[in-house]
Amino acid sequence: MAERDHLEPGEQSPALARRFDEMLAEDDRIEPRDWMPDAYRATLIRQIAQHAHSEIIGMQPEANWITRAPSLRRKAILMAKVQDEAGHGLYLYGAAETLGVDRRDLLELLNTRKQRYSSIFNYPTTSWADVGAIGWLVDGAAITNQVPLCRCSYGPYARAMVRICKEESFHQRQGFDLLLTLSKGTAEQHAMAQDAVNRWWWPSLMMFGPPDDQSPNSAQSMAWGIKRFSNDELRQKFVDMTVPQADVLGLSLPDPELTLDGQTGHYRFGPIDWDEFARVLKGGGPCNEQRIAHRVKAHDEGEWVRQAAAAHAAKHAPVRALKPATEAVA
Amino acid sequence: MSEGTVDPMAPALFSYALRLGDDALILSQRLSEWASRAPEIEEDIALTNIALDLLGQARALLDYAAVIEGHQRDEDDLAYLRTERDFCNVHLVEQENGDFAHTIARQLFFSTYQLFLYEELISSTDELLAGVAAKGVKEAAYHHDHALQWTVRLGDGTEDSRRRMQAAVDRLWPFTAELFDADEVEKELAVHGIAVDPSNLRARWERAIHDALASATLTVPSTLWTSHGGRRGVHTECFGYLLAEMQYLHRLHPGASW
Ligand SMILES: [Fe+2]
Ligand SMILES: [Fe+2]
Repeated sequence: MAERDHLEPGEQSPALARRFDEMLAEDDRIEPRDWMPDAYRATLIRQIAQHAHSEIIGMQPEANWITRAPSLRRKAILMAKVQDEAGHGLYLYGAAETLGVDRRDLLELLNTRKQRYSSIFNYPTTSWADVGAIGWLVDGAAITNQVPLCRCSYGPYARAMVRICKEESFHQRQGFDLLLTLSKGTAEQHAMAQDAVNRWWWPSLMMFGPPDDQSPNSAQSMAWGIKRFSNDELRQKFVDMTVPQADVLGLSLPDPELTLDGQTGHYRFGPIDWDEFARVLKGGGPCNEQRIAHRVKAHDEGEWVRQAAAAHAAKHAPVRALKPATEAVA
Repeated sequence: MSEGTVDPMAPALFSYALRLGDDALILSQRLSEWASRAPEIEEDIALTNIALDLLGQARALLDYAAVIEGHQRDEDDLAYLRTERDFCNVHLVEQENGDFAHTIARQLFFSTYQLFLYEELISSTDELLAGVAAKGVKEAAYHHDHALQWTVRLGDGTEDSRRRMQAAVDRLWPFTAELFDADEVEKELAVHGIAVDPSNLRARWERAIHDALASATLTVPSTLWTSHGGRRGVHTECFGYLLAEMQYLHRLHPGASW
């Protein structure tokens, strides 16, 4: 056993386990060929898949406004954004695949509700201003969550996050700019922007997950270098960053308890409705059914196209490659 | 065009820029309906990419039309405040997406036409049109390649995909004749080396499409009727719904900036 440089999943070796712990301690990146504990692998697969699913489901609420975008410039920006999110999904499924799973299987788990995506996308985009609110708040919260993931202990995930974070900060600025234009526009536009911020503010705070004392898995993820800050720390960071931006926008945030604590330099905010969070997480949000149904419909309607592509590739594969190509179809 | 001088060619040039711009804008609008609905994530990205390219072309051309007209309107006025009768895109680009095969057939027919058009428009004596064509020809080459590959995959894929692809080709074929209609606008501008007379593109387009369909094991349709009138602002029934969706928000807030 000692002469092999990696073990089958499930095999244990004190030497390899020690090496893994050393790499974490030295803040080295774990790479796909390195030995890792099964639980570490399983946690990463679940987290990366959920992240990838969020990118893919997140396309829906914004794509909802592409055909109705009120200027050609904004239409182009929104199309590029939705396309970026699809790209993020691809990088992330790619990162998950380095852990020995298959994108198709992960999508199947999404379609059958066996894996989750971010609950934020279970809220509807009912006005054009929601596109701005998502960019500013949802992409803003995503960046706060994801910047520390650029230093995640698992190399492929960390590298995917570096690419993704660059684009997310673009999205946030574009969302801010959209809202600023509305806020400074006509009275109706201003009201549209305020209404969107009122609806998206609390769900955005919930994006960081349950409070630290109710987040049982966080400690293990921290020990593994997957998570670098606690849910509450990240939430606070987001609030501190966002409140001054709301002032610049000329929009208020729907929390009467929001005040700057002069001693800590942090903003204090009111209680979050964790019952709502739990309800939406369990499937009781306004769009849970719709988002999955949309995804399943696209998948089912695309089945004949994917089959045709596979059949064509098999027919026209060079003789040498015939065997693997046939297997791919089967 | 220098400003302040009355160019006798201006009305024709305005119409020509609008025609090319409207084709690109309306096809982009249709393709963008696919976002989050494509058969694969890669395809979602590809279709949106094509839609973005076309939107970029449309904006350059509508902006140019606005300049020729004398800055009374901008690209958004032209996109959002004209009615059906003022749009002069061909019927092909306004046809509904249908299944993936219909979208691919529409892409094959249009991108082949646009590729050949831009290849010639590069030599236009009008600098802006030549510039749009120089950038657009690379994009159209990619769009054409994408459509051709899928046509072959679907035509020569499964029995079901072949049946669907043939049905799509048959359904959209009657809308292709209009691509090559030339009236006084194109003819007058072509004489001055400004525009491409589309009727000259027909033979090459037919050869390319016949080859594409043959390599996809599909047959060239023979249909009795052909659809015409888009360049004169007479459209098919589905177009009103497309405009209603595209324009409603902009029209709801007259004079607002976005
Ligand atoms: Fe993203
Ligand atoms: Fe984003």
